[in-house]
Amino acid sequence: MESFPLDVLAELLVVLLIVIAGVFGLVGSYGLAKLPDLMTRLHAPTKATTLGVGGALLASMVYFLSSGTFTLHELLITLFLLLTAPITAHMVAKAYLHAHGAQELLPPTGRKYGWASFDAAPPSGGDALDSIEAPRLAED
Amino acid sequence: MIEYALLFGFGCFGLALGLNLWRLAKGPTIADRVLALDTMVINGIAILMLFGIQFGTTVYFEASLLFAMVGFISTVAFTKFVLRGDIIE
Repeated sequence: MESFPLDVLAELLVVLLIVIAGVFGLVGSYGLAKLPDLMTRLHAPTKATTLGVGGALLASMVYFLSSGTFTLHELLITLFLLLTAPITAHMVAKAYLHAHGAQELLPPTGRKYGWASFDAAPPSGGDALDSIEAPRLAED
Repeated sequence: MIEYALLFGFGCFGLALGLNLWRLAKGPTIADRVLALDTMVINGIAILMLFGIQFGTTVYFEASLLFAMVGFISTVAFTKFVLRGDIIE
């Protein structure tokens, strides 16, 4: 429970990072609650909140580094979150578009099977790639 | 001084969790709810890190790493289920 003895500079850095992290996390979640549409709402958590968590992880790393124990866990968590935030944003946007009629906006694929999020999967096995027809290029 | 910053951070992220919960309950579409759950996971990771600073232990790192992985996998599973009606085809 007792706090480690810290240098003044490290303590100031930790305090600054915690405050920045809190402000960014709050702004991201406020944007999630406030913005009018899902496609605008998607911006707030995936950018601001990820930055907020990055600030908290950096604060933790500076704190434990200045108290003498060096760990790589924070870097792992930061890397994992920064890698997965765009993937989740992409998947959520894809699910939203799928549920709200993007099918009419898509061009035909020119193949035997349609777009991946609207048609059923091709039968598994070796013949799935062989049965794809050549794309229609010259006809119009 | 660091205690006041931790209090500020806990307040900010707690309020953020409340806002996410409101969006989770209200959200008109199912994608809103998935997004709110994903943001709740991220805010929970931040609160775990602040707990780790407050109590001076490194126990919470494993917890938050597991939390991040489970949150990502569950978000992808939810969206795959919305997209295809199935998770593993």
